[in-house]
Amino acid sequence: MDSQYIDHAMVLAGILFCLGLVGVMVRRNLLFMMISIEVMLNAAGLAFIAAGSAWGQPEGQIMFLAVITLGAAEVAVGLGLTLLLFRHHNSVNVDQLNQLRG
Amino acid sequence: MQQLWLIPCLPLVGFLLLVLGHGRCSRSVARLVGVGSVAMAALVTLWVALDFYSPGAAQSYQVELWPWFSAGTLEVSFGLYLDGLSLSMLFVITGVGSLIHWYASGYMWQDPDYQRFFAYMNLFVAAMLMLVLADNLVLLFLGWEGVGLCSFLLIGFWHQDPANGYAARKAFVVTRVGDTAFAIGLFLLFRELGTLDLPTIMALAPEQFVMGANRPTLIAALLLAGAVGKSAQLPLHTWLPDAMAGPTPVSALIHAATMVTAGVYLIARTHNVFLQAPDVLLVVAFIGLFTLLISGFTALNQTDIKRVLAYSTMSQIGYMFFALGVGAWNESVFHLMTHALFKALLFMTAGSIILAMHHEQDIRSMGGLRRQLPVPFWCFVIGSACLVALPPTSGFFSKEAILNAIWQLPGYGPWLWAGGVLGAFITAIYSFRLLFLVFFGPQQAQPHEPKGWQFHPPLMILAALSLVAGWFVLPTAPVLPASPAGHPPTWTMVVAITMPLLGIAIAYQVYVRHQWQGLRLAQWQQLRQFLFQGWGFDGLYKHLLLTPFTTLARVNRNDIIDGLPKLVIGISRLLHGLFSRLQNGQLRFYIATLASAAIIVLALALKVL
Repeated sequence: MDSQYIDHAMVLAGILFCLGLVGVMVRRNLLFMMISIEVMLNAAGLAFIAAGSAWGQPEGQIMFLAVITLGAAEVAVGLGLTLLLFRHHNSVNVDQLNQLRG
Repeated sequence: MQQLWLIPCLPLVGFLLLVLGHGRCSRSVARLVGVGSVAMAALVTLWVALDFYSPGAAQSYQVELWPWFSAGTLEVSFGLYLDGLSLSMLFVITGVGSLIHWYASGYMWQDPDYQRFFAYMNLFVAAMLMLVLADNLVLLFLGWEGVGLCSFLLIGFWHQDPANGYAARKAFVVTRVGDTAFAIGLFLLFRELGTLDLPTIMALAPEQFVMGANRPTLIAALLLAGAVGKSAQLPLHTWLPDAMAGPTPVSALIHAATMVTAGVYLIARTHNVFLQAPDVLLVVAFIGLFTLLISGFTALNQTDIKRVLAYSTMSQIGYMFFALGVGAWNESVFHLMTHALFKALLFMTAGSIILAMHHEQDIRSMGGLRRQLPVPFWCFVIGSACLVALPPTSGFFSKEAILNAIWQLPGYGPWLWAGGVLGAFITAIYSFRLLFLVFFGPQQAQPHEPKGWQFHPPLMILAALSLVAGWFVLPTAPVLPASPAGHPPTWTMVVAITMPLLGIAIAYQVYVRHQWQGLRLAQWQQLRQFLFQGWGFDGLYKHLLLTPFTTLARVNRNDIIDGLPKLVIGISRLLHGLFSRLQNGQLRFYIATLASAAIIVLALALKVL
């Protein structure tokens, strides 16, 4: 990949990250929040790949593998917690799950 | 000398047995343990004395029991020290102590807390023996505080009455003032001499201290403050009359014969320090003189039989301090011994009278008891004769020796002597006023004399001892410096014998024949009230110390110093309230905060802002 495309890739990654962040902040449903987190993780992954490709270094791809692994683990734990919360409260609305307030 | 440790140990074991067996042992067992332990200690004292007097025996020895603690260069051992002075005190404590225990076993028989009483009494005897046998000043201080504690416990023995508890607290707090000074004196002494071992101090003090310099003067003054507190001398004397709230045997043992003389013992024990501070010795003499005169005048006006005796005790200890101050060390300890005998006798006789009168202590409602109570009457006569120093009783020998030594003090000796003789004159008046009011005149109530082997024999033994003790020779001569040699003119002796007789004659005229009523203070109501209340010392201390203290406490109810910690607490509370608002449980709020903080940090890092 030519280094001139890195700017495009970075802008795309930034847009994806912001979309994910806004999604996490505005959605109330836990499932959608987790999907938004996945989008943010993949945006970061895209930035790593683009940067690695631009400089011809393998670390970018290695980091992406780490990000995928992290994402898989997060989904596994997060979905389990979501399932339990749903069973317990019969809801996945985070605004109602506020018992841990100071 | 191996058996010396048994002497303080036996009463301590008695105390432990009585405490551990509390509620389980019967009265007769408690009596056996309580009286037996002290009597055994007296027997061991005799045994020790036989060793001590045997030809070729050491004149003083130290028995190291075990090391107590060490800190830096301070090595304190649990060790006993016996010499002529401590042996004399041992005789008094165990001898008079066992007679008083014997008497108390009958006196307290009806009391529901019989076992507790003997537990305290045994603990007291153990602490007192520790005090006089200690070979270092730390151990002496342990005994010193121990007797103070037992005094507190026994004054407040009948704690159901709040007044008794008040008297106990007063005694404890007032003596604590002196004890604090004593402790500071010990620290200073250690700093100067590097040791608190008594024989070493006695050897080092004349070498290390410059005569009359600041340091020995300060140390001696602090030790004197301790002695003054314990011995109820001016200005820390106010607790002793109130201490009469305790049972009468307690007054006899603690507040007449033994504990209150601990101050005299302390000064005699550390005489080498005091000899390096002639100014303090002079103060000792004047404290003694003022105390003996002031308490003598106060005793003239008291109406409670025990309070008369309490003021008389203060006055007699004043004589001992007087003697110490003028360098009559041996005479002072001799007077201590004779006083212990006759004052214990007087107190125990007073106890018999109080029991006979159904716990009435006011002498105005007694009278004419001479025929109903013949044994207490004669014991009281003997005790009073000793107290006013009529020849040939023991009091005569000891007081005469003190007065002779005072006369020979260079300079103002004769003036001090005149003060002492005036004191003897007053002593005669108040003692025989008491005797005449109680035993003569019209009979006002029908007494029931307590009889039995616990009441009369101890009184009779003490009376006999009081009569003959003048011929005893105490083994203090090798320990204490000799008083100035020489004899005062013969007329001083004649005066010293005549004054008490004159006093008795006046008391007879006023209180038996009811003449010379002008001498009674009844018409000077305010003066009488002033003397009755002990020269207003209680009021003075109330205004000088108590009122400012309580006012300060009331003003400063919300402790000013506490403001600083409270400020810290307040700030923490405020921040806590602020930050706990952030923990609102809204996940999306957290995320928004996190994101905006990340953006701000990023912006700062990129120097956009």
